[in-house]
Amino acid sequence: MRLSYPASIRIIKMPCTGRVDTIHILEAFQSGADGVCLVGCLEGDCHFIAGNIRAGKRVRYARVLLDEAGIGGNRLEMYNLSASDGRKFAQFMREMTEKIIGLGPNPIKTVRRLAPDALRGGLH
Amino acid sequence: MIVADRKPFDEIMKMIAPYERILLLGCNECVTVCAVGGTKETALLASQIRMKRQMEGRAADVGERTLERQCDPEYANTLAGALDDYDAVLSLACGCGVQFISESYPGVPVLPAVNTRFMGVTVEAGVWAERCQGCGNCVLDRTCGICPVARCAKSIMNGPCGGSHGGACEVNDDIPCAWQLIIDRLKAKGGLQAYSDIEKARDWSTSRDGGPRKRIREDMAL
Amino acid sequence: MTLPATGNLEKALASGHFAVTAECGPPRGADPDVIRRKGNVLKEYTDAVNVTDNQTAVVRMSSMASCVILGEMGIDPVLQMTVRDRNRIALQSDVLGASALGIRNILCLSGDHQSFGDHPGAKNVHDLDSVQLIDTLRIMRDESKFLSGQEIKGRPDIFIGCVENPFADPFDIRAMRLAKKVRAGAQFVQTQCVFNVEKFTQWMGMVRDLRIHEKAFVLAGITPLKSPAMARYMKNSVPGMDVPDLLIERMESVPKERYRDEGVAICLETVEAVRNIEGIAGIHIMAIEWEDIVPEIVKKAGLFPCPSL
Repeated sequence: MRLSYPASIRIIKMPCTGRVDTIHILEAFQSGADGVCLVGCLEGDCHFIAGNIRAGKRVRYARVLLDEAGIGGNRLEMYNLSASDGRKFAQFMREMTEKIIGLGPNPIKTVRRLAPDALRGGLH
Repeated sequence: MIVADRKPFDEIMKMIAPYERILLLGCNECVTVCAVGGTKETALLASQIRMKRQMEGRAADVGERTLERQCDPEYANTLAGALDDYDAVLSLACGCGVQFISESYPGVPVLPAVNTRFMGVTVEAGVWAERCQGCGNCVLDRTCGICPVARCAKSIMNGPCGGSHGGACEVNDDIPCAWQLIIDRLKAKGGLQAYSDIEKARDWSTSRDGGPRKRIREDMAL
Repeated sequence: MTLPATGNLEKALASGHFAVTAECGPPRGADPDVIRRKGNVLKEYTDAVNVTDNQTAVVRMSSMASCVILGEMGIDPVLQMTVRDRNRIALQSDVLGASALGIRNILCLSGDHQSFGDHPGAKNVHDLDSVQLIDTLRIMRDESKFLSGQEIKGRPDIFIGCVENPFADPFDIRAMRLAKKVRAGAQFVQTQCVFNVEKFTQWMGMVRDLRIHEKAFVLAGITPLKSPAMARYMKNSVPGMDVPDLLIERMESVPKERYRDEGVAICLETVEAVRNIEGIAGIHIMAIEWEDIVPEIVKKAGLFPCPSL
């Protein structure tokens, strides 16, 4: 459709959003992602019956963990749409990007910039 | 199984504050079943701690390991040597596991990441409820398989009390009245006659009240 | 040892008089005059006065101490003992103490769960349940033995009481449960307060079928309503209360100045109704924080003067 969406988005393809485990979401933030979103099929249309429903629950759980850790659960989103709806995809990606720009960078990067010598251990 | 809840995150961060290198230790049994301290939950907590530490400008040296059980020397011994790389262990096991690892490695602080709550069952996916208090004197044969010690808020042996309403306990509508359940079962079996029997005063010395307990089988000593 | 009125309740019931007992709520403080003032209000209009035991799990002056104060005033006190806060050692000890002080009447009950009170983090005891406590008191009095089987030197003299709630669930065992308590040794019963007379009548039918009324004196609980808000509160927030909507509507149908009059009117109708039920030996008036209304109720119900024995 040649619609444009922001270049700052990295897409990781999964067979179903149900394949996304909570740890994948956290590790994305741990690696420095400023925002994470899951994009899955419309509820009721899941090829694997309820994978997207389970993903929705994991997203809610992950938001709590992200709030606790000080990252902010509002950096995580889930969108449901039809696989062929390119227009909606582009719209969601623009919305997400705007929101994340508004929130600023992932807080773990902020500290890293301020006190680089403090981080001896680093990420696994 | 033993059921626990994870401690509040801030409390955990405070507990590990004095330590730089921390090993998160999960357990593959009870806490896995109630989704609070298995491999998955250990990984999640480790990730949270790493990110929080980074934001605090501290080293994020967090290791992860899961033992089959933390309450057994066979598995606790597998940690020998590994703890040299850490200043503290944050265990996600129940209180038994935390203590056993601590006894096995007295030189290392072993901290509890969860609050151990009760012995219970999986009622349905995501719901665990208390069933047993370990009173040491099981009467389930006389109460149609429902425990008045663990499931009655007042551990009444000749129940129900006057607060039972609509099948619920006076403490909380979410708690079924254990005696309502017992009476329903008695009726289904066709006999409320057993209800008239007076259950005499209990000997609580077999319970925690008698002091810390032990069980020994000499034939099993190596 | 005896106090001036020790044994009054037992004598009144045994002689076949329609007995009147009332409840006295002790203060949340150490001032004995609160008890004395309430005692003065209730003294002439009752055969005995109960003092609650940390009711609703809220800390108050102890029932035992309050009973002594009432006893010294010439009232026959009823010591209420819950099993929530004391183990069998403390309970048996208190029974000996009560008897030594001339307190004869002891009412055994489970006690409201501590989550209702001002110290929800307290450990609850429940070493014995109320039935086992009744059993224990009977053994102490009749066999002069402790629960452990050892001899008591100086047998306590006790008139054993219990409670039952005809309005709690499951309804169909509520008379059977009372039968258990009576078999364990209960001699008098004070029920939860009656608003649903129909259900109470039904329950008394079950009680009579089990012939409980022949072995123990049943006193119907009576509580005057002060306002529609009180009625609604009791209906919705107090476990084991059955307040028919009809009564709430009646309370709401009168202007504010007449709330108390209507409450007393309903109360008197209830007293009249329960007096006519076979097997009822008296009433137990629980006018919580409204003890002043008791004389009016007793007089208007035609139950004053109390027979003096």
